[in-house]
Amino acid sequence: MALATRSSFRTLKAIRGAHSFCKHATSSGSSSDRVSSLWDEHRLTADQLHFRALATDFAKKELLPNGAQWDCDKYFPVEVLRKAAGLGFGGMFCAEDVGGSRLNRVDGAVIFEALAYGDVSTTAYLTIHNMCCSLIDRYGNDQQRNHWLPKLIQMEFFSSYCLTEPSSGSDAASLQAKNYYQLQTTARQAHGSSDYILNGSKAFISGGSVSDLYLVMARTGALGPKGISCFLLEKGMPGLSFGRPEDKLGWRSQPTTSVVMEEVRVPSANMLGREGQGFAIAMAGLDGGRINIASCSCGGAQFCLDTAQEYASTRKQFGKAITEFQSTQFKLADMQTALHASRLMVSNAAAALDAGSPKASACAAMAKRFATDACFNIANDALQLHGGYGYLKDYPVERYLRDLRVHTILEGTNEIMRVVLFRHMLQQP
Amino acid sequence: MKVMVAVKRVVDYAVKVRIKADKSGVETSNTKMSMNPFCEIAVEEALRIKEAGRASEVVVVSMGGEQCVETIRTGLAMGADRGLHVITQDSSSLFPLAVAKLLQALVSSEQPRLLLLGKQAIDDDCNQTGQMVAGLLGWPQATFASKVSISDDKESVCVEREVDGGIETIQLQLPAVVTADLRLNTPRYATLPNIMKAKKKSIQRVTPEELNVVIGSDLEVLEVTEPPKRKAGVMVASVDELLDKLKNEARVF
Repeated sequence: MALATRSSFRTLKAIRGAHSFCKHATSSGSSSDRVSSLWDEHRLTADQLHFRALATDFAKKELLPNGAQWDCDKYFPVEVLRKAAGLGFGGMFCAEDVGGSRLNRVDGAVIFEALAYGDVSTTAYLTIHNMCCSLIDRYGNDQQRNHWLPKLIQMEFFSSYCLTEPSSGSDAASLQAKNYYQLQTTARQAHGSSDYILNGSKAFISGGSVSDLYLVMARTGALGPKGISCFLLEKGMPGLSFGRPEDKLGWRSQPTTSVVMEEVRVPSANMLGREGQGFAIAMAGLDGGRINIASCSCGGAQFCLDTAQEYASTRKQFGKAITEFQSTQFKLADMQTALHASRLMVSNAAAALDAGSPKASACAAMAKRFATDACFNIANDALQLHGGYGYLKDYPVERYLRDLRVHTILEGTNEIMRVVLFRHMLQQP
Repeated sequence: MKVMVAVKRVVDYAVKVRIKADKSGVETSNTKMSMNPFCEIAVEEALRIKEAGRASEVVVVSMGGEQCVETIRTGLAMGADRGLHVITQDSSSLFPLAVAKLLQALVSSEQPRLLLLGKQAIDDDCNQTGQMVAGLLGWPQATFASKVSISDDKESVCVEREVDGGIETIQLQLPAVVTADLRLNTPRYATLPNIMKAKKKSIQRVTPEELNVVIGSDLEVLEVTEPPKRKAGVMVASVDELLDKLKNEARVF
């Protein structure tokens, strides 16, 4: 009897201690301010420092306190996303005439990393929305830009990017000539009109069922990349329906559904770019998208590193804080190094994209592959450093681990990143 | 009507401060700095006064080395119209009286009708500058403001102050000095477009010599140390012992 009481007292004390630490971990930003803002202050422009301060402030106040609840409830925080859009985060790369901020990709990387620190899942959706806005800004005609972008940039409307299909993931356009899976979503010309009729389905669409606008890649022509066109589908179009939201390991604050098209009639005015330009549009979006996802990985990993360092410096075993053991110090130092390397690769890829470098896609592929792998490992190490507590949902680190796990898969799997990179290596003189 | 707001660059409120090894002050070189939170509240109030149509221009002023420009830019990014930077060699000699004298000189050249400040800076907690500059200018002052209302004719301002006994409401003839307390407002985020617009706004630079102000160091910091570490508690054996300690040692009653 006495033994049982003693052990339950110890557990109770541990839980109470854990809860007070947990509150501390989610609300304190002090160690992050010491660590992340100064490691590259010399590299950032004055504007980027301001952007980062704004994004950090927003993340701390609006994202960090709520991320766990949104994950638990599978709640898509529309009102917080709209608040972010009000500050200019909705269409960061778009032209000013439609309400964009005309930022460059390096600015974007800084901002998304700072936001992801507060919540990876919600920030990741924001990056996808920004990507859709950029594509419309870049490839849309005046009528499309003026009709859609002001509302999208303010996030009065939400958007989704639809390329992947149940049988067409990495093999999106069948880059080999024969015997491959094709984009099965088709768009045929309607009889006696310039409209198109779309049939097919898309899988794993972020924002599916909630978004108002869907950028859909569909096959209009011959097999291969040049037979793909991009269409803007609006929620409510007859024949457009959505599967039930997937029950995912992470990214739970975003709905992810299949998008089903059954004889959806789409006016030709809703084609983005020219017929046959769809694949180029999709790929153009992905370079930026890869940098954005990698930035989110960096932000999430920074949070994990900070919280692990904080925990390890207060957790005492064998008579001292575990940060006094060299293996802990080495582990944290390696995590910091990997994160720093990731961040620099992402920033370099962003700069290459801004400069229009022919190596931009290769840099983006390298950065995405490296950063998403490294940052997932940092989150994993951070969980390990928390010991048993890391495994509990009371502590935020497991959510970051779950959220970061998908970054090695979407926007092009890390395996495809190697394919993309090697193709560039072959091209070198 | 012109509103001037004085802002200070301080160690960020969330940072766990560390003392320098030589005990001469707090470590600031490797630390995140931000606009003093009460100064942010003052800037926000000035912007609201302008948006309500009571003011035509909001000028943000800060004093110190080059890094002050960042703090002024933050004010501009929030929406202030222009900035003033009083460049000094060394921020450590800028004690409240020196700042008050500089503000007095700036006020006489800029002629604002309202001077807003944070009630105190979170690094030194002096809570003196607003009061001193009001004294030097001979202007009425309302400190610890939790509500500010400019009259329709812009000749007076009504201020609710948080005092120990509750809320005090006073009316001041303009021009006046008001210092902001925590509950006056919630400062806005700068927006991305405003951050970029802030680049185009002017920041005028001026030296104390040009203002005919001599900054003397009438105060000298001898030592900065950490507060004593919390001691372990004492276990008492009975309620009587507890009452005895509360009465005779802690002197609670």
